[in-house]
Amino acid sequence: MRSRGMTRRGMLMAGLAALPAGAALTVIVRPAAATPEAMQEAIRRITGGAPLRRGRVRLEIPPLSENGNSVACAVAVDSPMTAADHVKAIHVVTEKNPQPNVIGVHLGPRAGRARIATRLRLSDTQTVTAIAALSDGSFWAESANVIVTMGACLEDAL
Amino acid sequence: MTAQALIHFPKKARRGEVIEIRTMISHPMETGFRRTQQGEPIPRNIITAFACRYNDVEVFRADLFPAMTANPFLSFHTVAAESGTLTFTWTGDDGFRVEERAKIEVG
Repeated sequence: MRSRGMTRRGMLMAGLAALPAGAALTVIVRPAAATPEAMQEAIRRITGGAPLRRGRVRLEIPPLSENGNSVACAVAVDSPMTAADHVKAIHVVTEKNPQPNVIGVHLGPRAGRARIATRLRLSDTQTVTAIAALSDGSFWAESANVIVTMGACLEDAL
Repeated sequence: MTAQALIHFPKKARRGEVIEIRTMISHPMETGFRRTQQGEPIPRNIITAFACRYNDVEVFRADLFPAMTANPFLSFHTVAAESGTLTFTWTGDDGFRVEERAKIEVG
């Protein structure tokens, strides 16, 4: 059923072992990359046009990544996380991936701490931006440039 | 398709303590941007949403996009408010849905 293109990843996890042998090999076809404009549009959808302020957000991402298929990334926001003053959402967007959005999380005072960690795919060397939406309606952001030696999906062509 | 979910957090916590919850689930997260060697597009198959409920109150929710890695990993925090059950739900394309539960003891 969902065997197409799953060979490589299927082999990564024993839990996905039930795959038919000889599932189709995949080759890379570079889709139109999201332009910086696409990222700006994604940011506008998040903020509704409100200004992005620099600070309060800490984006932890390695400056150099050999494999764009898995780049560790953590976002921490300086916030007391009380009912009156907390982070409502954290978004991660990219500049050149086929689609700018990576993840958007929604949290509140019950989180206690505004920090998330995840792993993302990067198609190319590019800027990654983390945006925090605060309960007072303000938006804060930090960007980081990540050099990617081998972009996501490339090894499928080998 | 069965998916294997891994969930890590302290099973015992002090009341009011902020605990880290780490989750990972087996899933190809097929982006929908790739093609087979024959040139046919490979349909998108990703997890689109994740939620964590603490005694049936949602405390964390995430929208996932194709730029998440295969076997998506996610770490977040919550305040250990009371003893009870944490429920984790992953939903996605083609009716994908996995729900896991785990107990927490708060003293």
